[in-house]
Formats: sequence, structure tokens, C-alpha cells
Amino acid sequence: MAAVRFTLNGKPQTVDVAPAMPLLWVLRDTLGLTGTKFGCGMSLCGACTVHLNGQPVRACVTPISSVAAKTVTTIEGLSPDRGNPVQMAWIQEDVPQCGYCQSGQIMTAAALLAKTANPTDADIDEAMRNNICRCGAYQSIRRAVHLAAELRGKGGAK
Amino acid sequence: MSALQNVSRRGFLRAGAAAASGLMIGFNLGTSGAIAATASPSKLNAFVHVGTDDLVTLFIHKAEMGQGTVTSLSMLLAEDLECDWKNVRTEFPGVSREYGGMQGVFGSASVRTSFDSLRKAGAAAREMLVQAAAQQWGVDPAKCRAQNNAVVNTATNARLSYGSLADAASKLAPPANPALKDPAQFRLIGKPLKRLDTPPKVDGSAQFGIDVRLPGMLYAVVARCPVFGGKVKSFNAAKAKAVAGVKQVVQISNGVAVVADNTWSAMQGRRVLEIQWDEGPVAAMSTPLLTRTFIEKMAQPGAVARKEGDAETALAGASKKIEASYQVPFLAHAPMEPLNCTADVTPDRCTVWASTQGQSAAKDIAVRVTGLKPEAVEVHTLYMGGGFGRRAAADYIGEAVEVSKAAGAPVKLTWSREDDLQQDFYRPASYTRFAGALDAEGWPAVLTGRVACPPFGGVRNGLSRVSVEGLADLQYAIPHMLVDYHAVEAGIPVSYWRSVGYSQNTFFAESFLDEMAAAGKKDPVEVRRRLLAKSPRLLGVLELVAAKSDWGKPLPSGRGRGVSLVNNIGSFTAQVAEVSVTGGKLRVHRVVCAVDCGRVVNPAVLEQQIQSGIAFGLAAALKGGITIDHGRVQQSNFHQYDVLRIDEMPVVEVHIVPSQNASGGIGEASTPGIAPAVCNAIFAATGKRIRQLPIRPEDLA
Repeated sequence: MAAVRFTLNGKPQTVDVAPAMPLLWVLRDTLGLTGTKFGCGMSLCGACTVHLNGQPVRACVTPISSVAAKTVTTIEGLSPDRGNPVQMAWIQEDVPQCGYCQSGQIMTAAALLAKTANPTDADIDEAMRNNICRCGAYQSIRRAVHLAAELRGKGGAK
Repeated sequence: MSALQNVSRRGFLRAGAAAASGLMIGFNLGTSGAIAATASPSKLNAFVHVGTDDLVTLFIHKAEMGQGTVTSLSMLLAEDLECDWKNVRTEFPGVSREYGGMQGVFGSASVRTSFDSLRKAGAAAREMLVQAAAQQWGVDPAKCRAQNNAVVNTATNARLSYGSLADAASKLAPPANPALKDPAQFRLIGKPLKRLDTPPKVDGSAQFGIDVRLPGMLYAVVARCPVFGGKVKSFNAAKAKAVAGVKQVVQISNGVAVVADNTWSAMQGRRVLEIQWDEGPVAAMSTPLLTRTFIEKMAQPGAVARKEGDAETALAGASKKIEASYQVPFLAHAPMEPLNCTADVTPDRCTVWASTQGQSAAKDIAVRVTGLKPEAVEVHTLYMGGGFGRRAAADYIGEAVEVSKAAGAPVKLTWSREDDLQQDFYRPASYTRFAGALDAEGWPAVLTGRVACPPFGGVRNGLSRVSVEGLADLQYAIPHMLVDYHAVEAGIPVSYWRSVGYSQNTFFAESFLDEMAAAGKKDPVEVRRRLLAKSPRLLGVLELVAAKSDWGKPLPSGRGRGVSLVNNIGSFTAQVAEVSVTGGKLRVHRVVCAVDCGRVVNPAVLEQQIQSGIAFGLAAALKGGITIDHGRVQQSNFHQYDVLRIDEMPVVEVHIVPSQNASGGIGEASTPGIAPAVCNAIFAATGKRIRQLPIRPEDLA
């Protein structure tokens, strides 16, 4: 056990857990932030995607020790009011079915748009192909990423 | 209808208290992110509660796994209730006889079985509110009209809100035969309304089973024998107990549970747990052995599932015969949310929180494991991160109850993805040998199919309905037909997988029909059209899909179209897939789907489900396959059991046949048809016939 300090959703956070414990389980079990989902434990499905210093990472293979002094954003911290353009687009396109993968899809899409303001279909394929959706909501996800880019361009970003 | 009994004040307050305790522990069952104001006793029947704050809470007795049930059932309730759609909240109630004998979601049945009863429940609540208003005004209820969450006095235009009437209405006797609206007046049913569960699913607040947290809760994983049916011979927990965070190691009927103060520690403990297994007889089973057994069975007649005319004589005398064998592997469900269940067992109570397709089955297994009376067992329904049939089984719920009982604490049991893929109830592997013949003009005249696969759901007279559905019930008017079946027990657990027997048999039947069309030099749509002259609804979707898919229009070289039809779950579905094969690489570009599922409650949800079913079936056709060696599953995670990804998703176009027929199901309608549509398109593009799934690169080269 060793205390790890980092910034979580804009606030300072300290946890005292095993250094090898993945960020996913620290978020879910230690801190009670359950929006980040467990899907595979091997960085294969994308359900646990969070932002680490703004970059999308898989929380299931990110040891808590590697998070020290860094900034973590989870789905709960993306916006206070579902006001992130990606969330707005997801609502407008009614993307989720079962919804379980959507935290990860949204975090990946938000990171894509931060880097590529107007992604092409090929950009979306490349960024999103490792986020699995077993409901197959892919057509809606693609439409919603394009819409989010549009909303962002219009100043919808907060 | 028993559901219209007015519930007692005491009964309701008990339910309200359960909801309140849910709030205290930090989760809620509502889909809208807030518990409705359930403190007032204004529950009008098992499905409708109206708060003094004017909020309407609808109790969704089914469960939500993505299929849109919360939204569709709310629409059915709200239509005749005349409440304000914007004021609707939903909750999942517990398991109760008020909701019928078997609560659960399977067989794409929620809308089909609830269409009339939920409209009646909404209408009954509306009539009680109208009657309460009429009493207050001292007028004939006929002079009152319900509209937009209020009752209006048609003589004076006075208005009383539902909230102000709820308490008085709840004391009235429910009407036995409430009047239902004329469908021409529908303002919700048939409209593409937004899903009620979307907002909490974009900010992480939606509560799935795996998200439940209780005070003092421990976290568990279970080590199960890798060979199906194997048992624990002995185990040594010393190393597992030495892992930081591990609290207990307990044996349960299905293996050994490691209980810790977080999920990761429990998983670490399981890694170093030493167990000697008695593997049992299934250790000898393998996929090659099972395939050999299937093939041996092909030499002998099986139990007859369908007989028209005299297929054997007709086949013997036929001049143009076609023969082919088809096979498919076991498939896992792999829902995104790994199986999990939270249970709190005390000496006199058991409470279960679960994402389950079988709420009644969950309660039954908890009663069995604890030995408590049914009234001492409570089941809370949470959102499912997918189900696809896997969550109809209650095995994981029984495990959690056992572990909580043994640990003496509330426990959340989580399955890893490896557990999920290796301890499933699989879609059975199956094998079919066809022989068919054409008449003098080249039209199909004889069709025989011999099926061998592991059965489930009971075998009667040698037959398992789920093993032959999709073949035994084919509607094609072929004069001589014979379908027979061999039940082959393999010791591998098998069960319901989205669209069940149709998931393989529609691939077999629709592919072989294409082979017969090709042998007779006929167009695949033309053959189906001719054979369906007396099946108007299948013919209807066939004509629609042919028109919308540009069937018959020339395509560039290397591209092809393929068609398929299926009639399952009370619905009729046709698909045309357009594919290309370039340098041995297959791409599915476009799928046009026509569906006739009777009355449609929400066309937007329907379209989602058609797309979803196609993605699910396409994943299996392109990649899916569970194989067995020494009685063990050889695949462990998504790197070995791959699924469809965004860059592989075709453009899916959905066309609905307008209909006033009774609603059919939709969640499983489009899964069976995608594999044969794609494989028939591959044949059109390349001349190569795919007879085995998943499609292998060597089949395309």
C-alpha cells in the first residue's frame, strides 16, 4: 500500500491501495465511480476508457501507481450536465441501446474530437474500432460523432 | 386481468420503503435519474403511480437489456392514461404475482404479450382519475375528459390535475373493462419517440447490475472447473488468503469463491488458489469428436420433424439432385456487461440485485439456495449491459446467493470475461445434410434436411423444437419435404442465443435454397416468390426488399447481392446483403431489411433492433466460434472471440410494412437472416458457396 495522489475530475484525490491495482477498480470499487465499466480486463474492448492527461487510456490495464500526479477524467467528469457536445450528440441521435459500452465510446469520441475537430469516416474507424458495442449501435455512433463535431464547431463545447 | 387489482396501502408502502432504502444506499431504480415521489399512497394499479407532484411513475415489470422495453412499455401505458409524456418516470418493481406468473425478457415477447394488458392498465387508471374528478365536481363522468395529465370538465372547462386527484382516485375500485382509445387517436404508439433510458446512459449514472454498492459489501469471484460438469476434489486456500484484500475463501456448489474487499484483489486471490478438480466424463469431448459424431449420424434416419408428400421416393426418382452439408460452431453470448449479481443473505431474508432476463427465475433460485420462504426473498432488477439469452439463466444469481450466505455479508459476485466465454450456455454447434431435387422446369420439388446437434429445452419423441426451428417450419411450398433430427448429447451447456434455432437453421435453409435456385438456373428472388404464393406476409417483405435493394440491377465485378427470408417470433423479415470480395477480402457494404412485425409501437426502437440483430448475426458469421478441446473452451477473451467493430458495420436500411396485425417480436427478427444473405451474396459475387461458419479466408480464395 502506498498513497497515490492525482487529480480526478478536476479535484485532488488520494487513494491508499496496492500500487499495481488498476485504475478501473480504484474508480469503481474504492471510489464508487461506477460510470467507467469493466468489460474484458485486457484492454480489448474499450468499455473502461478514461482520459489520462487528456489522452484516452484503458483503465483496466493502467496501474494506479502510473497515475500519480496526473489528471484523470471519467465519464462523470466530462460535463456537469450532459452538456459536452459528444453527450449532446449521443442524446440527439439516441445512440445507446443497452448502454454499457457507451461511457467508453463517449470518452474515446471526445478524445478524438479534441485532436481532430472534423473527423472523416476513416478517422472515426481508426479511433473507435477498438471500442466494442455488442448491440451494434455503430451506425448511430458514427452519426453522433459527426454531429458532435458540428456542435463543437458551433461553440457547443463547454 | 389480475393486474388491475387495487394494491393495498400497506403493500404499496412496503414497496415504497424498499425504494427508499435503495435511495439510502445510493442507487435508484428509476431510469430518469431520480426516485419518483413514492411517499404518497397514490398507486392506481400495479403499473401506475401518480404523485401529488403530478409526476407519473410507470412500473416496468419487464427488464431492459437494450431492446427498448422501458420506452415501448411506457408508451403502451401512457397512451391510454393520457398522461404527459414529459412527466413520466419509470421504475422496475420487484417480482410479484401482479405481473403474471413468469417475469422475464426472452423470446422477443415483451410488447407482444403486453400490448393489450398495459393499455388496459393505463386506461383503468385514467378512468379512476376521471371518476375522482367527476365526484369532486358532482357531475357525470361522461362530462369529463382526460387530457395531458389532467381531467377537464367539458361543460365548464374546469381542470383538475392528475396530482390533485391521485389520492382520491387510489381509493376507488378499478374498472373491470376500461374503454380503450381508438388507434386513430394514438399520440404515442407508432411514433419514433426518444428512448427514456438515453440520458442516464450518456453520463455514467445508469445503474447496471455491476454498479450496485451496499454498505459493508464484499467482492467475489468464483473459480469453476474448466471442464464442464467437473467438481472440486480438494483445494488449498493459503496462497489466496495471503493476497492483500482477500477476506475469505469459501467452497460453493459450483466451485471455490474468493471474497475480498475489492474485485481486483478477489481476482488476484483466484489466480493463486490451488484446486484439484475431478474433471468428469466431459474431459474427453472435443470439437473434432463432436463433428465426427454429427457426420456418423447422417447415415441414419432421425426423429421426423416435418413431412410433406413423399420426399424419399421423389428423391430416388429425381433426375436433378443437389446435395450439400452445412455446419456451425458453438457460440458464446458475450454481453458487454460481464455476468454479476449482488446478494445480501441474512438468516431470515435474502435480497438480490441483478441485471437479469429472468426475474422470476432469479427469485426461484434464491429461494432454493437459501431455503427461505418466497416472501422473504426480494429481487431488484437493474439495467442489463446486454443479455442475448445468456441472462435468462440464473446460474450466476445462485452463485452470488451461495457466496453471500457462506460469507455472512453482502457480496457482489463478478464474472471475468474469461469466465463469461468459458462458462456459458452456448448456442449449440449444429450440422445439417441436405438433399434436394428439381422438377422438369428446374423449380425446387424435393427438400430433405437431416439435423444433428445438442438439444435443450426438453426432448420429446426424439425431437427438440429449438434444434429444428427454421427448418421444420419453413413456409416454402415445396411438394416433398422431410426434416429429421438426431439429438447428440455433448456435455457442453447449451441454451438460448439471440434467435435460438433460427440462428443456424435459417443459414442452412436459405443457403441451400439458393443452391437449388442456382442448380435450376433461377433467380433467387424469383424462386422464393414462386414458393411463397400462399404466404402473403413473407411474400410482402420479399417484394419490398427486392424493390428497395435494387435487386436485379447490375453491379460491378466482384460485387454481389444475396437474399434471405425468415419468419420467427411472430414477425416476417427479408434481407438483401450487398458484398464485395476483393483479393480474398470480404466486405459487407449494405444490408436492406424489410420487416412486417404487425403493429409497431416505436419505429425508432424497431430500427435500432434490426441494426443490432444484424450486427450480432454478422459478428457470428464473420468471426464467431467457440471450440472445445479436452472438455474445455479454447477461447478466453475478445482477442480469441472477436466481435463486429465499427469499421465492419454495413449500412443498414430498414423498411417497415405498415400493418394492423398483432405485434410480433423484433429483438431477434434480423439475426437469423444476415448470415445467409451475406453468403448468398458471396456466391453471387464469386461463385463460391459458403457451407460453414464462421466464413474462413480459404473459403473466399
